[in-house]
Amino acid sequence: MTRNRSGALRPVTSATLSRRAVLRAGGAIAAGGLVLAIGLPGCSRPSGGGAGGGALKTTATNAWLKISTDESITFVCDRSEMGQGVYTALPMLLAEELGVKLERIRVEFAPVGDAYVNKLVGGQITGGSTSVRDAWDKLRIAGAQAREMLVAAACQQWDMPVAGCRVEDGIVISTRGKKLSYGALAEAAAKLPVPAKPKLRPRSEFTLIGRDTRRLDGASKVDGSAVYGIDVKLPEMLYAALAQSPTLGGKVRSVDDAAAKTMAGVKAVVTTGSGIAVVASSWWQARQARDALKIQWDAGPNAELDNATIARGLRQAAAGAGKSARAEGDADAAIAAATNGGGRVIRSDYELPMLAHATLEPQNCTAHVTADGCDLYVPTQIQGVAQAAAATAAGLKPEQVRVHTTLLGGGFGRRLEVDFVPAAVEASKAVGKPVKLLWTREDDMRHDAYRPPAFDQAAAAFDKDGKLTAWKLHLVGPSITARLFPGVVAQAVDPFAIEAAVNFPYDVPNISVDYLRHEIGINVGYWRSVSHALNCFVAESFIDELAYAARKNPGEFRLGLLEKQPRYRRVLESALRTSKFGLVRKGHFQGLALMEGYGTYMAQVVEVSIESGLVKIHRITCTADCGQMVNPLNVHSQIEGSVIFGLSAALWGDINLKGGSVTQGNFDTYRILRLPEVPRIVVDLIDSGEAPGGIGEPATALVAPALCNAIYAATGKRLRSLPLARHRMI
Amino acid sequence: MIKLKINGNTVEVDVDPETPLLWVLRDTIGLTGTKYGCGMSLCGACTVHLNGEPIRSCVTPVSAVGDSAVTTIEGLSKDRSHPVQKAWIELDVPQCGYCQSGQIMSAAALLAKTPKPTDADIDAAMSGNLCRCGTYQRIRAAIHKAADGGASGATKS
Repeated sequence: MTRNRSGALRPVTSATLSRRAVLRAGGAIAAGGLVLAIGLPGCSRPSGGGAGGGALKTTATNAWLKISTDESITFVCDRSEMGQGVYTALPMLLAEELGVKLERIRVEFAPVGDAYVNKLVGGQITGGSTSVRDAWDKLRIAGAQAREMLVAAACQQWDMPVAGCRVEDGIVISTRGKKLSYGALAEAAAKLPVPAKPKLRPRSEFTLIGRDTRRLDGASKVDGSAVYGIDVKLPEMLYAALAQSPTLGGKVRSVDDAAAKTMAGVKAVVTTGSGIAVVASSWWQARQARDALKIQWDAGPNAELDNATIARGLRQAAAGAGKSARAEGDADAAIAAATNGGGRVIRSDYELPMLAHATLEPQNCTAHVTADGCDLYVPTQIQGVAQAAAATAAGLKPEQVRVHTTLLGGGFGRRLEVDFVPAAVEASKAVGKPVKLLWTREDDMRHDAYRPPAFDQAAAAFDKDGKLTAWKLHLVGPSITARLFPGVVAQAVDPFAIEAAVNFPYDVPNISVDYLRHEIGINVGYWRSVSHALNCFVAESFIDELAYAARKNPGEFRLGLLEKQPRYRRVLESALRTSKFGLVRKGHFQGLALMEGYGTYMAQVVEVSIESGLVKIHRITCTADCGQMVNPLNVHSQIEGSVIFGLSAALWGDINLKGGSVTQGNFDTYRILRLPEVPRIVVDLIDSGEAPGGIGEPATALVAPALCNAIYAATGKRLRSLPLARHRMI
Repeated sequence: MIKLKINGNTVEVDVDPETPLLWVLRDTIGLTGTKYGCGMSLCGACTVHLNGEPIRSCVTPVSAVGDSAVTTIEGLSKDRSHPVQKAWIELDVPQCGYCQSGQIMSAAALLAKTPKPTDADIDAAMSGNLCRCGTYQRIRAAIHKAADGGASGATKS
């Protein structure tokens, strides 16, 4: 990132990108700087440039903070900015303790490094709504350590005790009013021991954390200067378009590139592991020539795959037993007792479609392979894996691949995949120049790792007195984690398949939740809120069914089962109040959903009316208790956006396969909400002193169940599958 | 060679006349603020002004531009001083930001013609611009704010 004359933060330009790459290659770091040393326990030095040591009087590194003699303060951001706001929230944590104004902090993205491992997920990963939760202690401690070292350095110089000194926007001020700037102190501070237990500010003294703060990347996103992966420019760079098998899992049998090779601008046709790449002087030329390739495809194992096959497979698989994720009491016995003892048993099956991520920036990667390494400019959520994929493709060691993370034009889990990386590397290696490989929208839609489809079975029992005695969920679907992180599922039940099911909050004596993995032949991927969105639909639709079966108000029914769950109760009560649940005008109907996900407690109420058999959505109320908020303004934005993301999926989201190929291609066939279609969204935030919860994802998961519950309230029709378009209700 | 008037400058480019303006702007001239999202005039990320009118540059062959003045996000103002840009920053509209160049160009064109737009005006002018992050509520509010600030919204032509 660079700072322009007006002092506003601007993302890296291609010029600084390439300069930095050059500097790194030479083993130096940015000129004129001094890197303050703080070695945090358990943090090894990052590998490869950036925050690493090198020239000048640099002593060592704190992985996240650089203070230069020119008074610039740089935060090395180890999470990817994909709209969720880490570019602002994370430096807020650092600035709060360091004692500088946020605007003074420049942000640059971290290279691959052990120090940058997200402890909540065990990799250098931006996902799982973990960024703030992972950084909460770590960055405040880093800021506080630096502050204490700077103060100590000043006092050493003044020959004064530390007591009574204070800091004010990057200046240490003594009890007698003497002043020294951080820039002037950085070198001396770096030589001091790192305080093991720096004193952190108590919540009551926060000046930045918890305050509405505008995005630091906002300015660059209104003038076109923000640099996404697609915008990377390097000297002599060429452009590539990729022909991939129309059938998922298919392979090239033969290619006739005679016509393509004669087309204007075409430099090379490269056979890669992902398909045929055409490299040209501009992307448009590359794309035109790609479309002129005559390729015979071997359709592979999915030639006959379609939605009906997948749905049938899941239904048939459901007859089997899953791995138990939670078992309390004996749900089967309670169901049998209700059956035989005058109680009631209720059973419902739910079905969910596959979904595409459809980030607005299509997948892309720029690679520059040279004899001794590879520079990779990539919008990624998973730097280490991108590095490894590039290394394999280039025939290099991982440490020879320098990953430069750009801004992401949306992530939503799509960029936890690295399928767009190897072909860029292979193409660059083949032509000996930097190559920017960009997928078309249709490539992106048809070669996603889709949100898993699901077929889930729910059962519950009321005893003869009407008490809810059993709750049983049998979840069936393909596993994302088994492919991406097989170690995680080797012993345990896939933790990313049972979210919002295993933490069932309602007080029922007999609970059984199990998960049966059933693969469908194509890759499935993490999609915003992951299995929360699948299982919240099932659990919150089914509990709603039970409420109506018990002839109770759905709000009161839930509250009656939440005596031991104060945080759930609090958000639910607030949402009922804020949405005027049950008190809306005639002809309007409401449905609700409740969930904990990512440490955030949330309730949503959707208000609808039915006009000519179609659903009209008037208002969505979302109450959230996400613990201590860092930037409430961003929390608000994330909830609004997550609701819209979930609503697009609930209304239209449906990826269909025919003969192993995805039939959707662009936004005409894969609809997402447009501005006039957005209902009023009311965000109700609960001020909570609890530990921070994640906010980038959870609100997505509650929309569909709350909406379908509202539709039931309005029509008596229970929708147990999505999207609404399949039911012709939108 | 094709002569283009872009952001007040005359630029000559040597490209196939059928090349969409979007790719000439991005790859030939290097103005990457205008984005590719769909290539079919479905998402609006590529919106620029042609003589002040919003157009989708992804489906506009460069040969069709002729003498018309092209304004891109980079040319909307020199210093983010356009009322729409100011309102966007003030209300913290962007999330990932990828669609926002197009959103802002559509909004600026709307305000140039309709200085005090109603919600219905905004619906009509902005329905062609997709935002995957879902910043729509803020977009609407920011357009109203820019209008209240007396934005002329006009771009130089």
